[in-house]
Amino acid sequence: MIIYQLRSHRSFISYIDRTREYYAAQGYSKPYMWPHYDDTPFTPLRKPLTECHVGLVTTAGLPKPPGAVAAMFVPKELYVEQANPPPQRLFTDDLFWDKKATHTEDVDSFMPINRLGEYVTSRRIGSASPRFYGVPTDYSQSRTLEHYAPQILEWCREDRLEAVLLSAL
Amino acid sequence: MCHQTVSLVARYLEENGLSTVLMGSARDIVEECGVARFLFTDFPLGNPCGKPWDVTMQRSIVGMALDLLEHAWMPRTTIQTPFHWDNDAWRENFMRVDESNRESLAREGELRRQFQADMKKNR
Repeated sequence: MIIYQLRSHRSFISYIDRTREYYAAQGYSKPYMWPHYDDTPFTPLRKPLTECHVGLVTTAGLPKPPGAVAAMFVPKELYVEQANPPPQRLFTDDLFWDKKATHTEDVDSFMPINRLGEYVTSRRIGSASPRFYGVPTDYSQSRTLEHYAPQILEWCREDRLEAVLLSAL
Repeated sequence: MCHQTVSLVARYLEENGLSTVLMGSARDIVEECGVARFLFTDFPLGNPCGKPWDVTMQRSIVGMALDLLEHAWMPRTTIQTPFHWDNDAWRENFMRVDESNRESLAREGELRRQFQADMKKNR
């Protein structure tokens, strides 16, 4: 096992750099402007995790009608869905992930709904939300902050959550 | 865009009194935005919670996310999971731009702009 190497570049990919160069090569000269904040909000857990009610947020969508082309034209939507029974599949074809290197046929590889349930059984967390929440990916940062995030918060409050795991494809 | 979206949502939830942890593989996007707690797995985009069907790895990653939720004491806490993809080819291949594909990428961009213009015209 190699435990030490010398590298001239950082190991992890900068997707900000990679996408800028890729779209520039496609003729898009104006780069996308990513959000950057100097301040970061922080809410400590207010009670032990073993007593917390925990929820999940995903960027994957609900299953779409059959047919690749038809599915791609169904708009992305904000949704709330029952967590039980856990979904066997979620729609990810329209999202930006490495479709050559991997796949998303196992929901728990991108939204750990069954794994979280196991942590309820082992009493690592108090309970899991009966619903999970889907947020559409959007170039518009203001739409995300002004429309999608408040709705996710409202659903979290309806389900009386104390903590949330969010996963990005 | 997924990482930007969940970063913004996580920030909003934290501002409103909910504790969050973000699981992802695009480290720069999340850290530029700034979130309370970030569990980074250095995998190709698509499986931030572990390799498909690898229940042991997935359980471990979710366990680390829960540890982070419980123990982080300040914002912008990033923890990297110890897992590695089978090989590193994806790092070079994903959205690669070089002399071998520069012309085809330029052509793809042209075609997309044409398609979008046609869609706009036919609305």
